[in-house]
Amino acid sequence: MSSETISHGHAAEASVHSHDSHEAHGHDHHHEESFLSKYVFSTDHKMIGKQFLITGIIWAIIGGLFSVLFRLQLGYPEASFPILEDLFGKWAAGGRISNEFYYALVTMHGTILVFFVLTAGLSGTFANILIPLQIGARDMASGFMNMLSYWFFFLASVVMFASLFIQTGPASGGWTIYPPLSALGQASEGSKLGMDFWLISMALFIVSSLLGGLNYISTILNLRTKGMSMTRMPLTMWAIFFTAVLGVLSFPVLLSGAVLLLFDRNLGTSFYLSEIVVKGEILPNEGGSAILFQHLFWFLGHPEVYIILLPALGMVSEILSVNSRKPIFGYLAMVGSLFAICILAFLVWAHHMFVTGLNPFLGAFFVLLTLLIAVPSAIKVFNWLTTLWKGNIRFTPGMLFSIGFISLFISGGLTGIFLGNSTLDIHLHDTYFVVAHFHIVMGVASFFGMFAGVYHWFPKMYGRFLNNTMAYIHFWVTLVGAYLIFWPMHYSGLAGMPRRYTDWSNWQSFNQFQDMNRFISTVAMIVFAVQILFVFNFFYSIFKGRKVTSTNPWGANTLEWTTPINPGHGNWPGDIPEVHRWAYDYSKDGREFIPQTEPIGAYESKH
Amino acid sequence: MNQVISEQKRKIHPHKFTLWVAIGSILMMFAGLTSAYIVKRSQASWLMIEIPMMFWYSTATILASSVTVQLALKALKKREMINYRRLLVVTAVLGVLFIVLQIVGFRQFAAQDIRLVGAGSNASYSFLLAISGIHGVHVLGGVVALVVIAIRALNSSTRSYSSLPLEIAATYWHFVDALWIYLFIFFTWMK
Repeated sequence: MSSETISHGHAAEASVHSHDSHEAHGHDHHHEESFLSKYVFSTDHKMIGKQFLITGIIWAIIGGLFSVLFRLQLGYPEASFPILEDLFGKWAAGGRISNEFYYALVTMHGTILVFFVLTAGLSGTFANILIPLQIGARDMASGFMNMLSYWFFFLASVVMFASLFIQTGPASGGWTIYPPLSALGQASEGSKLGMDFWLISMALFIVSSLLGGLNYISTILNLRTKGMSMTRMPLTMWAIFFTAVLGVLSFPVLLSGAVLLLFDRNLGTSFYLSEIVVKGEILPNEGGSAILFQHLFWFLGHPEVYIILLPALGMVSEILSVNSRKPIFGYLAMVGSLFAICILAFLVWAHHMFVTGLNPFLGAFFVLLTLLIAVPSAIKVFNWLTTLWKGNIRFTPGMLFSIGFISLFISGGLTGIFLGNSTLDIHLHDTYFVVAHFHIVMGVASFFGMFAGVYHWFPKMYGRFLNNTMAYIHFWVTLVGAYLIFWPMHYSGLAGMPRRYTDWSNWQSFNQFQDMNRFISTVAMIVFAVQILFVFNFFYSIFKGRKVTSTNPWGANTLEWTTPINPGHGNWPGDIPEVHRWAYDYSKDGREFIPQTEPIGAYESKH
Repeated sequence: MNQVISEQKRKIHPHKFTLWVAIGSILMMFAGLTSAYIVKRSQASWLMIEIPMMFWYSTATILASSVTVQLALKALKKREMINYRRLLVVTAVLGVLFIVLQIVGFRQFAAQDIRLVGAGSNASYSFLLAISGIHGVHVLGGVVALVVIAIRALNSSTRSYSSLPLEIAATYWHFVDALWIYLFIFFTWMK
């Protein structure tokens, strides 16, 4: 075997062996690419990942802005803001957000952040950028399918964005689009054309995430480099693999639910509709079941929560280990708990439906299975804390966001135990307690995972660092702000304050929370402003950030740091490196880190 | 060293593997639809479905097409290119014929004054239409794949003897065939 030596920043030198490379076509030579094939219709996984990330950022700004608008209404229900009327016309007549507009805002806020930002923006970005780099492959199993995956997402984005501008407004029946409200155009403005746009957009989105997911699974299982056994993979790869499996198995079910809803809306069928009177008009539909939709929706909906969370779990595990300069504690337990979460994700959907008249006996099983999720979650938290324990911690921005993630994951996870109980759920369902729970554990926590990933892998993406000062401001304001926004909501939720209301000022039981609501709204605006600072940092640093000077700036073991600072299409200029050990040999045998490419020494045991 | 090399032995082409995962995904969609059907069936105002004779003919058609696509694959491997092209076109035509027969079958409901969609329709027949329709879209996808392969085979400038594209298309074709058989038995059984 021919070998050549490459240096690894830290005195480590590893030999790179040639072997049967997966893709025979030689990417070594730099070939000229047109602007179109490099930046637009690119089949390079790294460029597609960046496309997903930047589209996700744009959506996050839109979705975040919507939350600022409805928080304005919730914090200041009596106030009038003439600028809103200038901007939104009839939707904010008299400078106050109309009820229809409020519903449209919360619906689109949920849809955008759950699907477009935390699904496509999170797993689309990091699966694409990291899979081939971390398993040692030239590109995805099918670069073309990967490109299609982005462009279907783009089409879905265009349709959803267009729906914001139609006369009757976008979908406004909540992000869960329960029929009959969503099925009947005469029921509300948002159930007219906006709802069709929503469904078409989601169908395109599902196609996009299926094309992506198939590719991720196939690539991870088939294109690992020599020596990269499954148990030598970094935990990011395991997490993304399970995410893709969840997506591939659950999104088709949502698609079938959505197709039936399209039938009901446009072809007059009665899958979900039965004996309905709308505004004095008796509808002919009979024999349908609205609960059927909820089953189909939540069979996706619950795994979707883990589709959002799992990549964050994986990235946080990797970043914690690198920046504690310690091996991850309990690698196999980490993989096992990801697997357990993946299985349980499919068995708990009915805990979203405890109050739909579900048989209480059946509910008991769903309670048990739901509470079981606490076990793998606790294993993960324990392992993260033991990884940090006595570590030589470097507080890089990525590391801070990872630690912040653990904090949020614990706080949000604990309230999950409350909500998983069907008896407590009778009181808590549809209150602000639910809002607080899922925003902390799914929303903000996954955002923290995403930020951690962006700060950690930005040098790999753009060959430059993000600005640290802005990063620290971003971290502290976001962490403190997230708690200040969502912690108080637990109290109002326990008091029974319901979701989806625009104004409680005439509601005696809840207008005591008015000051608290104003406080939450103020913090929400500050936190939003700091996210804009992050966006500025992101785009500024792409062009003006501090340049990366060594291939391995964090002293990490994984394969992506053996590529050149700005890797071309094909990732490694020479042969793909061979892997000899797992990804977590930190502080071993007096060495700070030992890259995966370094052969096992004479006195080492194999991993 | 030998151990790591043996780990590298890949038995299946990544694209074929991707197809199998996709098949799993499509199966989940139909599992969702047929379980929705079962849930709905146990509720009030369900009508017994009478499957028209035409669906038997379409079933025979898609079964025959599975045989022809397999023969096409065999012909390709034996380099009998004329035979191969002919069988490929026959398979695609049978696929289109299947969809046409399905549509004719659904038109027969209209002749019996059974409404599949719109006012007065019953969810049981709507389900039949929706599920078969979604299956039909998947068959259509297979037809497109076969047509693309056929065009490549007929285009003399690009002469490729790789059987991989057809192997993938054939696996998919058998899958949509088996899926229809499952649905057909399901509809006959669970009326």
